[in-house]
Amino acid sequence: MQEHDTSWVRTEMALAQQAPAGVRGPGAWVRKNLVGSVGDAILTIIGIALVVMILPQVINWAFLNAQWTGADRTFCATVAQGGIQPDGWSGACWAFVNAKFGQFMFGRYPIEERWRPILIAILFVALLVPLLIPKVPHKGLNAILFFLAMPILAFILLVGGMFGLPHVETPLWGGLLVTLSLSFVGIAASLPIGIVLALGRRSKMPIVKALCVVFIETVRGIPLITVLFMASVMLPLFLPAGVTFDKLLRALIGVSLFAAAYMAEVVRGGLQAIPKGQYEGADSLGLGYWQKMGLIVLPQALKLVIPGIVNTFIGMFKDTSLVYIIGMFDLLGVVKLNFSDANWATPQTARSGLIFAAFVFWLFCFGMSRYSMFTERRLDTGHKR
Amino acid sequence: MKHIAIGILGAAALGLTATAASAGTLDTVKQKGFIQCGVSTGLAGFSAPDDKGDWQGIDADFCRAVAGAVFGDGTKVKFTPLSAKERFTALQSGEVDILSRNTTWTINRDTALGLNFIGVTYYDGQGFMINAKKLPGVNSALQLSGAAVCVQSGTTTELNLADYFKSNKMEYNPVVFEKLEEVNAAYDAGRCDVYTTDQSGLYGIRLTLGAPADHVVLPEIISKEPLGPAVRQGDDQWYHIVKWTYFALLQAEELGITKANVEEMKASDNPEIKRVLGTEPETKIGTDLGVSNDWVVNIVKAVGNYGEMFERNVGSGSPLKIARGINALWTKGGLQYAPPIR
Repeated sequence: MQEHDTSWVRTEMALAQQAPAGVRGPGAWVRKNLVGSVGDAILTIIGIALVVMILPQVINWAFLNAQWTGADRTFCATVAQGGIQPDGWSGACWAFVNAKFGQFMFGRYPIEERWRPILIAILFVALLVPLLIPKVPHKGLNAILFFLAMPILAFILLVGGMFGLPHVETPLWGGLLVTLSLSFVGIAASLPIGIVLALGRRSKMPIVKALCVVFIETVRGIPLITVLFMASVMLPLFLPAGVTFDKLLRALIGVSLFAAAYMAEVVRGGLQAIPKGQYEGADSLGLGYWQKMGLIVLPQALKLVIPGIVNTFIGMFKDTSLVYIIGMFDLLGVVKLNFSDANWATPQTARSGLIFAAFVFWLFCFGMSRYSMFTERRLDTGHKR
Repeated sequence: MKHIAIGILGAAALGLTATAASAGTLDTVKQKGFIQCGVSTGLAGFSAPDDKGDWQGIDADFCRAVAGAVFGDGTKVKFTPLSAKERFTALQSGEVDILSRNTTWTINRDTALGLNFIGVTYYDGQGFMINAKKLPGVNSALQLSGAAVCVQSGTTTELNLADYFKSNKMEYNPVVFEKLEEVNAAYDAGRCDVYTTDQSGLYGIRLTLGAPADHVVLPEIISKEPLGPAVRQGDDQWYHIVKWTYFALLQAEELGITKANVEEMKASDNPEIKRVLGTEPETKIGTDLGVSNDWVVNIVKAVGNYGEMFERNVGSGSPLKIARGINALWTKGGLQYAPPIR
């Protein structure tokens, strides 16, 4: 019997060791990502040079030299411009944003009534946050409160004219209030309408299909500006003399229908991506049309097109600025409107105001995009790679 | 049909506002309890919101003056900001009662658009602003031959500029931009020597320049831009009230009636002042017009006289510091002239 010599075989596992110094730690990260090749190194140097050149100036302008408080233009103008700042001064005029902040948020909503939009804003956040966090229970109740009870309450509170609340006409609304009202109604209305239109377009019933196709293609074929313009300029001429109806409502309907047409095409993309087997599977289980769509097809289709849906939401959020052309003032409109206040006319005013508006828009759009990425990951159960 | 359906729906949802353009505007306005006034979407000195969001400016104050005449209370005005494109529709459709929105009075607008201009509350015109450091010694537009001129494209301003230089046989380099902000930035950066637009606008733009003191607005005006309020055609009573409110503002200035002294003036023995302020016994001037007899007192209490309104909004009392110029009273060499109130 041959003896086995096992002296060269290891009897215990080798301990895991750290990667060699050359491929770990910050040094290696820098080598790999910043100066991996000559091209990379050049790009890195250009990048650093740009940051070094621009960043200190931006910080200087936006923070160190900025004027935070003040009553009128003299606080943001140099001596030569008729103000109090030393000549050659250049800094952000946050005093302008400060003085006009109420207007930027609520437009010309009466100051003594502004607790109403503030209350709605608090309610909005209080209902939205639990709705967005998957772990919080009672989603059904929460959704009913958010999509049904809150809009009704918001309507009563913001418009007023009942329960002893003074009526506030919508021409007085403005700023972020209008931006958010338009976007919320647009988003809440366009998704269901869009889904129905998408299903209708794929329907086998010729009249339903034709109606949906005509609507989608007509609306997609004209710019939003035209829709708003028609609603605000042409519509009053068609109505009986002297009968007008609310401009904000006209814009709300216009924006919702417009977004719905785009949403329909996004959803249709998702529907087409679902294999025929799923439809046939549902049929073979004996499910009716709405059961098939509601239980099998739409949950899969919508999950696929989350980026497209959020894209449309973000686009619509920004498109609300177009109501400026019909004499309504969303956030950007109010900011620009206030450039015409001679009491604040300085070289810094426009820049500061626009940067503030951009920051607010970015805050909302970035929030939406991050949340959509989170949702995608959470729902990505079938196709995980 | 669909629009009407939406209209009815909307009216049901947010409350129907019927202004019935066919009925007398005065009656409708009195019934509503306020005047709906169409203003601009922001023009410094004419209609722009202050820190509280209230509309200030000559155009806004004019509506307050009419409210003073009609209600004896200048605050009974609601403002509707209108873009340039929708302003005439808004007046025609009855959405606003007065269009007081720096609108140039032209024959086309007066005759073809179904509106009536009541007068000229501000004589504007295209002017030039120069950088005096770059062009020392220039004090007339006729010395601008060969200059680079910043101008907004696609406007009548651009055409007027070409006409003016051609008719005076001068050369110029147009530096043309699409957007107003771009023109401002280019001028401030020194891309051109001269900036041309409406003169009232030049003063507003000057405030946003890096060194406003270096810039001078030249005296020449090369186009006529008479800005005035307009009302709907076919309602003579309302037209007269708005028109004579304007004349009353001028008459008050001519007679030295101001916001501060209007109460004392009521005791004046001057027959003209008595007539204007309605203190004459058995006067019917106000009631014939459709307002109360102390209508001028109410107008002046609401906004002051024309001169006060001018100085407060665009003149020495405002950052714009526009000189009265041709907007002075006729007695002081200007064009503002009111027919007698008697």
